[in-house]
Amino acid sequence: MNIQLRYFASVREKLGTSQESLAVPAHVQTIGDLRAHLRERGGPWAETLADGRSLRMAYNQQMTDASARLSEGCEVAFFPPVTGG
Amino acid sequence: MPVRVQTQDFDVGAEIAGLRAGDARVGAVASFIGTVRDINDGSGVSEMELEHYPGMTEKSLEDIVAQAKARWNIFEALVIHRIGPLKPLDQIVLVAVTSAHRGEAFAACEFIMDYLKTQAPFWKKETTPQGARWVDARVSDDKALEKWQGGPQGKP
Repeated sequence: MNIQLRYFASVREKLGTSQESLAVPAHVQTIGDLRAHLRERGGPWAETLADGRSLRMAYNQQMTDASARLSEGCEVAFFPPVTGG
Repeated sequence: MPVRVQTQDFDVGAEIAGLRAGDARVGAVASFIGTVRDINDGSGVSEMELEHYPGMTEKSLEDIVAQAKARWNIFEALVIHRIGPLKPLDQIVLVAVTSAHRGEAFAACEFIMDYLKTQAPFWKKETTPQGARWVDARVSDDKALEKWQGGPQGKP
């Protein structure tokens, strides 16, 4: 399954990238699985996406949680709590 | 368009005039303007950079406006949020709501701002004498949201 990934604000800076296309292995089915899968890259990925870090997730541009299921071509974003207004 | 994300400044008077133009049902207009402060968390702020998630931002603001319209008897709601580099004194955000009576307009305006602060994907990075830093989300913003949950308070 191929998905699009987006990163914003402090998460984008710590990871050093704003977006990527990724082919995910079959066992990665939810956003929570994806977060764990990306942590395996180590370094800033392990640190920034660690459990317990205050992180927000969006699935196809809607705020969601770790249980959201991935689908072919979907867009997933990781970012810190929002601070607009 | 009831929702706009833009780098340029906005003219509050002209925006409100446009919002209620030709609509004699309107008896109340409530508006909120957020501006850049020169101090935050004890440090001077010389500049602020607003980042957002293009696409999701507009959708989330439209969704918040739709929720406000479902909850109160309001006629129109406008949200303008600026992005890019801003300086102290600059305007950041405008929320304006029209209704027949003030109660709905005040409540819907506050509701839209409270949801925007916690749901719309904007992030502030401020430049201080100690360097640039991302602004932390405030617990008080989550608290502000709680008063709208669990019932249609303010609905006439």
